[in-house]
Amino acid sequence: MAACSVEELLAKAEQEEAEKLKTISVQKELDLDFDVGNLLACDKNRIESKDFKEQNKEDFLRSLARDNTQLLINEIWKVPTERVEEAIVAKLPEPTTRLPREKPPPKPKPPTKWEQFAKLKGIQKKKKTNLVWDETRVAKNEFNRLKNVARSQKIKTPGVGLLPRAKQSKDELSKAVSVAKTSTASVGRFQDRLPKEKPPKNAGKRRKFEPLIGDFSSEKHKQLELLKVMDSKRPKLDITKAVNKQMREEDREEAASRKKGGKGGAARRPKGKGAKGKGGKAGGGKRRGKPGKR
Amino acid sequence: MHSCTETKGGGNEQTQLKTKKRASCVFLPDRTSRGGSGCWRRRLRTEPNRDTDMAHSDGITKPKTRRSKRFLETREPKLLENVKSVMIMKGGNTNQTVTEALKDIYSLKKPNAVLYKKKNITRPFEDSTSLEFFSKKSDCSLFLFGSHNKKRPNNLIFGRLFDFHVLDMIEVGVEKFVSLSEFKISKCPEGTKPMLVFAGEAFEMDNEFKRLKSLLIDFFRGPTVPAVRLAGLEHVLHFTAVDGKVYLRSYRCLLKKSGCRVPRIELEEIGPSMDLVLRRTHLASDDLYKLAHRQPKALKPKKKKNISHDAFGTKFGRVHMQKQDLSKLQTRKLRGLKKRRGEVVAEEEQRPEPKVAKVES
Repeated sequence: MAACSVEELLAKAEQEEAEKLKTISVQKELDLDFDVGNLLACDKNRIESKDFKEQNKEDFLRSLARDNTQLLINEIWKVPTERVEEAIVAKLPEPTTRLPREKPPPKPKPPTKWEQFAKLKGIQKKKKTNLVWDETRVAKNEFNRLKNVARSQKIKTPGVGLLPRAKQSKDELSKAVSVAKTSTASVGRFQDRLPKEKPPKNAGKRRKFEPLIGDFSSEKHKQLELLKVMDSKRPKLDITKAVNKQMREEDREEAASRKKGGKGGAARRPKGKGAKGKGGKAGGGKRRGKPGKR
Repeated sequence: MHSCTETKGGGNEQTQLKTKKRASCVFLPDRTSRGGSGCWRRRLRTEPNRDTDMAHSDGITKPKTRRSKRFLETREPKLLENVKSVMIMKGGNTNQTVTEALKDIYSLKKPNAVLYKKKNITRPFEDSTSLEFFSKKSDCSLFLFGSHNKKRPNNLIFGRLFDFHVLDMIEVGVEKFVSLSEFKISKCPEGTKPMLVFAGEAFEMDNEFKRLKSLLIDFFRGPTVPAVRLAGLEHVLHFTAVDGKVYLRSYRCLLKKSGCRVPRIELEEIGPSMDLVLRRTHLASDDLYKLAHRQPKALKPKKKKNISHDAFGTKFGRVHMQKQDLSKLQTRKLRGLKKRRGEVVAEEEQRPEPKVAKVES
């Protein structure tokens, strides 16, 4: 009893399957040739002239077209599909029909003069990276990172100046003190100072403007002084001072690099410095001797 | 600036200069143009100004602006080529059928088509130089030339070019024509890639029909795309070859529900319907044809080493193993074969025999 019902079920399922496929299956003597890449189908079956003339031509052609198109669509649906922005898209293979090109394939261009030269010399093209190691940037990144960490963990940080280090230098401490002092409602005007504490340098306004009304004698004096200076033939730039400053800069730089670099750097530097120094000194000396003439 | 007043020869009816108020119309002053077969055409918006943007010397044009450089680059030979575009032209005498047929094919092939409005008195089968000239100017490698005379009524010449020289030309006569406008059904949107179906033995057997098939594929296939939207497969062009005639029908595909994943197709006729009869042909010689098919090496798919296929399509590959110590091989442990202390001497004696190990994997 159970056995025959199972058989019945299977038969039924098969029948249903066949019916479903009936709607899309097409019987043909010879299979069609498909080129899915070009959405092309070629039907090689013979078309009997008498069939063609009997029926209404259009109907015959239409039914033939329908069958062939159905087969082509069946073939296209076999291809893997994917979903792209709400549309189902079938990924087509490469077209298989060989068709002539429009233009001949491109000829390799003859090497330019530079390319020939480079080949001759064996020069390779070095790709310049956009990225260069930047020390200050590293420090800044680190600083920002720590600030972020502090913010996330809700650790209190000073507003200005103090980096979280174990030992603070004298300037940093004094800066911290001045910041603390000025963070009052009256911007530190009424804060008491320690007995030996010096008043802060560069306090107050950064730029001073002369009053618009009142005594103009100082202004007059200043303008006349300026004219006098412009008139005189003395050079405006004190060469000695400038040169000495430059030399001090260089010394400092050299000291810093010596700490880092080896003897090679140090060996090279004095020569360069000496040359420059001599030239500078000589120039300065010359000027020193005769300031008036140029 | 644009020399509208300049004419070379120009004994043609159409080159009578009307005062062109539209600035977009330009007569191309080319040194190589013959008198008589000039043709006005609307200057494409994509074309740069030939006088200011390009420097001509010794027949080589050097671009002066980036736009003109891009323009020249799209036209130069490439590995992967552009879509072939068609130039549709009229001959000395055309009737309504031919004009409508040309217009319908133009609308099928939009946007990769250029329809010339004025007539060109040339005979492609005799003199193809003007065709080549136009193809060079408009960068089209396919052409369709329509004409009508007593000897050859309703004549259409389908042709293609290779390197701006004529490759194939096939002349067909239109016997029955029903135009797009006569089918009162909504059409497919412009630019849909059509499905092409060729039916009939002739397309496989007959040489001329084979070329015609290749030409028609080239003509109508549209751009080569890596993927296609399944719902957008609407347009079908069906070519049937029976009794020496080719019947072109164009249908719109309706995808109906079937029981399974693949839809059932119903067709309704939309497009132009033509009955074509083959007339003259000018097919390319075999070596020119072969030359045109030559693909650059870079396009060949790279062969993966060590992979081979047999007749059934099974994929084979070789796996290279290092030398294995067979004594340490993991096998099924059978109690009988287990090494026991007492048996060591007996085993050594048996060594010259090859070991037969039962391996089931």
